[in-house]
Amino acid sequence: SRSSSKLGDGIGGIFTKKKLDDESIEELEDLLITSDLGVATAAKLTSNLAKTRFNKDIEPREVSEALAADIQAILDPVAKPLEIDRTKSPHIILMVGVNGSGKTTTIGKLATHYKAQDLKVVLAAGDTFRAAAVEQLQIWGDRTGCEVVAKETGADAAGLAYEAIERARAQQADVVLIDTAGRLHNKSDLMAELQKVIRVIRKLDENAPHDTVLVLDATTGQNALSQVGTFKELIEISGLIVTKLDGSARGGILVALAEKFGLPVHAIGVGETANDLRPFTAKDFSRSLMGLENASD
Amino acid sequence: MFDSLQERLGSVFDKLKRRGALSEADVTAALREVRVALLEADVALPVVKDFVEKVKTDAVGQDVLKSVTPGQMVVKIVNDHLAEMLGSDHVALNLQVTPPAVIMMVGLQGSGKTTSTAKISKRLTEKDRKKVLMTSLDVQRPAAQQQLAILGAQIGVRTLNIVPGEQPVAIAKRAVQTGALEGFDVVMLDTAGRLAIDEQLMVEVASVRDAAKPAEILLVADAMTGQDAVTVADTFNQKVGLTGIVMTRMDGDARGGAALSMRAVTGCPIKLMGVGEKLEELEDFHPSRVASRILGMGDVVSLVEKA
Ligand SMILES: Nc1nc2c(ncn2[C@@H]2O[C@H](COP(=O)(O)OP(=O)(O)OP(=O)(O)O)[C@@H](O)[C@H]2O)c(=O)[nH]1
Ligand SMILES: Nc1nc2c(ncn2[C@@H]2O[C@H](COP(=O)(O)OP(=O)(O)OP(=O)(O)O)[C@@H](O)[C@H]2O)c(=O)[nH]1
Ligand SMILES: [Mg+2]
Ligand SMILES: [Mg+2]
Repeated sequence: SRSSSKLGDGIGGIFTKKKLDDESIEELEDLLITSDLGVATAAKLTSNLAKTRFNKDIEPREVSEALAADIQAILDPVAKPLEIDRTKSPHIILMVGVNGSGKTTTIGKLATHYKAQDLKVVLAAGDTFRAAAVEQLQIWGDRTGCEVVAKETGADAAGLAYEAIERARAQQADVVLIDTAGRLHNKSDLMAELQKVIRVIRKLDENAPHDTVLVLDATTGQNALSQVGTFKELIEISGLIVTKLDGSARGGILVALAEKFGLPVHAIGVGETANDLRPFTAKDFSRSLMGLENASD
Repeated sequence: MFDSLQERLGSVFDKLKRRGALSEADVTAALREVRVALLEADVALPVVKDFVEKVKTDAVGQDVLKSVTPGQMVVKIVNDHLAEMLGSDHVALNLQVTPPAVIMMVGLQGSGKTTSTAKISKRLTEKDRKKVLMTSLDVQRPAAQQQLAILGAQIGVRTLNIVPGEQPVAIAKRAVQTGALEGFDVVMLDTAGRLAIDEQLMVEVASVRDAAKPAEILLVADAMTGQDAVTVADTFNQKVGLTGIVMTRMDGDARGGAALSMRAVTGCPIKLMGVGEKLEELEDFHPSRVASRILGMGDVVSLVEKA
């Protein structure tokens, strides 16, 4: 895939007729770092490799394969689709994340996906802050044929979410996707507002939200660790969706996140249209990170 | 994370009780820790490497001030270099052209272009008493044009009327024409978000540039951007030609190493930074402040400055 060929080329460059020595290990570590795996994760992966292969002749391809396998082992346990439990009627999903990460668009994509499974979906325009956020979700509602519950900009987000769930119940909908305004994790007042949304919807269903999905932009670097850590601490994130993997960013931060938090990764976003959501597959992701071809390519 | 560089450097230099000039070995050991700190701050690896090389050459042989430790001394040298690389002074927007001065905003999806368009317009209107026309060329994202129109109403800045179906180049031409005919000082062009590797959309934005002849082409980039910052900045610069950078979401807790990466690969000044969602939350870029933020060592720097 285009997001990773550079890394694969780099490894080819390091290991042509070469022993795995300190220098090549350092270069390998550098290559992982340029994919946003972070210094610690990169060092851990390369030292694992060094344990078994140090000072042995090694082919570039072997190195890539070995690292891809190690990365896959880290990611396998977190690859988990976001499945709807029809008995919850409705299954309530709260979408959260920092500004511009792709929450609203991902809601449009998920709605498309669930509609295709013949589920009845209601969208809640819980971003009552950003200019035209409501209109944006409304367009997604039109595109997907889902009802959008919305109020004017400036309305109370928690109240809106509450109403949307009531509305979904009345219509016997299977899923409610609640959009929220983007917020940086270090803004305590905005995080408190999110906690309030959760408190309020729990008046209707004490197990709600059934999923709280953090939407993360694949372009994000090491700050994703802080993002996920804080969101998780304050509002119990149940899983991640990573967007914009169609770009040049490789999303290596996911590996560091999986190691640190072990949160499920539900899906990846690979474009701006309704059908640009893909299941997250540990094998495909790891191989593409290492510049190796996928079975599906 | 902030303290860890200090701790690491502490342990490197604990062994050195003596004072005097920094030896090559001291500097090399210290710079290994600086390298990690910069990478953790998301400075792109090639930029880190160049940087470390440059600092090394300069630091070896420098005298350590009496009241600071060698570690603190190295941090100060590193910080000064960072600030220098980030640009020595604040560079203002260039409006010194026959009006209307066109300012075009480009960048990845969701980086903050539309919000920054409104922030800059508000500032130009209120502080600089300019007559500003805002125009959205975003025919991609749902409700994007409406978003800018709403922001315009909020800040009392005129937005070009929306003609459904009109394409970006045509909208840009109409904006410049309207700007000239109606005596606007500045025409702001907000473009749709696009990936650096999206050839088609990069060609489109280049045609907009050719049609509108902007005085400023600003890359709007998120302070949380990771290693990809170099690819993004380099590609936009090559395909469109940038005159400046706006770093958004500096109100977050990201160390913002992307600022250094982008500045290094494009040579373009970082002109402004977004520090919040509200439309007045725009600040001039201050290299020295951002340098100590990237390094996470503001205290040490001021300590050495006082020494
Ligand atoms: N290329 C690409 N663009 C995406 C993807 N997901 C979202 N986007 C774009 O990213 C931009 C921001 O997406 P939104 O869905 O509005 O993001 P958001 O998190 O709702 O933003 P706020 O509500 O402002 O915080 C839009 O231009 C989307 O089209 C993706 O997977 N790939
Ligand atoms: N915290 C914070 N949020 C910001 C800042 N600048 C923009 N935002 C938010 O980031 C999100 C995306 O901003 P937009 O201005 O819509 O981004 P865009 O680049 O126009 O997005 P597309 O047109 O979809 O590519 C919105 O939620 C903004 O409120 C900033 O400096 N700080
Ligand atoms: Mg949104
Ligand atoms: Mg926009």
